[in-house]
Amino acid sequence: MSAPLLDVRGLVTEVRRKGRGWTPVVDDVSLRIDPGEIVGLVGESGCGKSMTAFSILRLFPTPAARVARGEVIFKGRDLAAASPDALRRVRGGEIGMIFQDPSTFLDPLHTIGAQIEEPLRAHPFPGDRRARVIELIQQMGLPDPEAMVRRYPHQISGGQKQRALIATAMACSPSLLIADEPTTALDVTVQAQILSLMRDLRARSGTAILLITHDLGVVTEMCDRVYVMYAGKVVESNNTRVLFRAPRHPYTQGLLGSTLSLETASRELFAIPGTLPSADAMPSGCRFAPRCPIAQPACAASAPSLEVVDDGCAACHRLALTGRNVWREGAA
Amino acid sequence: MIEGIDLARDFNVSLGLLRGKATLRAVDHVSLHVAAGETVALVGESGSGKSTLGRMLLGLLPPSAGEVRYEGQPLRALRGADWRRYRADVQAVFQDTSASLNPRRVIADAVAAPLRFNLGLGEAAARQQAGELLQRVGLDPAVFARRYPHQLSGGQRQRVGLARALASRPRLIVADEPVSALDVSVRAQALKLMIDLQAEMNLAMLFITHDLGVARWIARRVVVMYLGALVEEGPAARVFAAPRHPYTRALIAAAPVPDPERPRPERLLRDEIPSPLAPPSGCRFHPRCPLAQAICKTRVPERLVLPEPADANGAGERIVACHFASETQES
Repeated sequence: MSAPLLDVRGLVTEVRRKGRGWTPVVDDVSLRIDPGEIVGLVGESGCGKSMTAFSILRLFPTPAARVARGEVIFKGRDLAAASPDALRRVRGGEIGMIFQDPSTFLDPLHTIGAQIEEPLRAHPFPGDRRARVIELIQQMGLPDPEAMVRRYPHQISGGQKQRALIATAMACSPSLLIADEPTTALDVTVQAQILSLMRDLRARSGTAILLITHDLGVVTEMCDRVYVMYAGKVVESNNTRVLFRAPRHPYTQGLLGSTLSLETASRELFAIPGTLPSADAMPSGCRFAPRCPIAQPACAASAPSLEVVDDGCAACHRLALTGRNVWREGAA
Repeated sequence: MIEGIDLARDFNVSLGLLRGKATLRAVDHVSLHVAAGETVALVGESGSGKSTLGRMLLGLLPPSAGEVRYEGQPLRALRGADWRRYRADVQAVFQDTSASLNPRRVIADAVAAPLRFNLGLGEAAARQQAGELLQRVGLDPAVFARRYPHQLSGGQRQRVGLARALASRPRLIVADEPVSALDVSVRAQALKLMIDLQAEMNLAMLFITHDLGVARWIARRVVVMYLGALVEEGPAARVFAAPRHPYTRALIAAAPVPDPERPRPERLLRDEIPSPLAPPSGCRFHPRCPLAQAICKTRVPERLVLPEPADANGAGERIVACHFASETQES
């Protein structure tokens, strides 16, 4: 097996809350991405999936956040220990990043062409920058590249903005693209186009993608492997096929059961009881225990660690019972 | 029970200081009805006019053309007690509960208000019933009654919105993307609650959503809109299994399905939804349609009523607005 492109080990990211000090929102997360792989990071809001992604490049939306512990090994170097200058060379160079709302990340005062060119100026680029910009615009499926270079963000549609943002992220041919909910703000027919574009990029340039999403449908359309997060922790990971066919963590099982799709013909919709815990009132032991149908006293006593099971990993004290859907069978 | 006949709604849009104004037709001659106890899903992408249509049925927005009828009576003609009855009978639930609940009032007051004003209950009786309603939507009044909206989670606020809508003992709920802001596990809870209450109170529901999975699950009849126009309507099970309009077909193909074994549809729709300020001529879908012919550019397609196999629960006929609807049985 080749060396992983990105190897995150024991990452702990904390945010500072008024009067409450530093609280971990990403707690001991490890994940691995191989070259050319598309890996999904899924979970509900507040589970820490976006913060995990931000931690990789230390690009936090707020100054009140820090990587407290852990390693982020990218191509053999630890980004968590890298200097701000070294990190700046990686951002937009070897690692590109795109976000949910492209309008927020495109500068309204600069043309699309100038913004796609910016990373080519910031990083060493040997060729003709202008030609590269045109080439990128064509690759992204944007119409009329010569005119597009001169457009401003307000003159193009939402889907075109996301394509332009992907062009800026791909400008320096990164080996890893981090995509945080890249299609959540888009209509479904446009979402399908953008997802197809990202698959093409991987096929053509071998770019690995870390895809952060709450949409399990998007995961199955895109990802080779998936990590499922709950309350700041990875609870399960596996390749996509196995994870969807035979999930082993009770949370994953419940999440899949409560997802509606066009194939959900019956009236049987499952809902996980209870609510997500908040970061400053985390249950002790297993964080899913208060909502879990097979929890026993031991689950609240200690936090389960990830164990190898069915080609993947799951963090559950009662893996012996999770070969079947624990919600359907009930407590044993 | 409620009926929108040939509804249209224009908005005046300012194009900027020097370029003057333009008229945007958000809904272009759409008819829609909801029968007592029925659930209809209104689906479409952004700019399809689905929310505008919902707001016209709620009486929140007067139509530019056409009329809304409640129990056969034009809304415009409703006066006095009839108008108040309509206002109580037809209730709304919105997506953004942080905007539709007053941040300075505790939630018991938010739920009690319609009890006092629509049903004329006294303060004590209203408070008592508000507590019962909160209980009914799964919020313990002892814990939640005195809380402010910001102290609740999104799912809890949506329950308050639902309790408030139910307070007037409505017969129809127009729900505009009520679960779109909620996480998967919370969304499932909210949807289950809505259908339980619906069955219990024999409510009719117009469920506006961009999420086809939700529409498929909740509704017996589905109406698909594109750029202000109705493109297809029919029994939900049939429309999703065998869509007849090329747009409906593309929409269904584009929806991601959480099943890794399912082959990915290869054909994608090109381009994006055109600006409603300058909708395409003829059939509005023609610039993106894989089947478009010359006639589609020039003539607006008629609403074609197609025979539908007899359906046990009688969810009605299929309506397709496409010049080639009779030929599009198979894709």
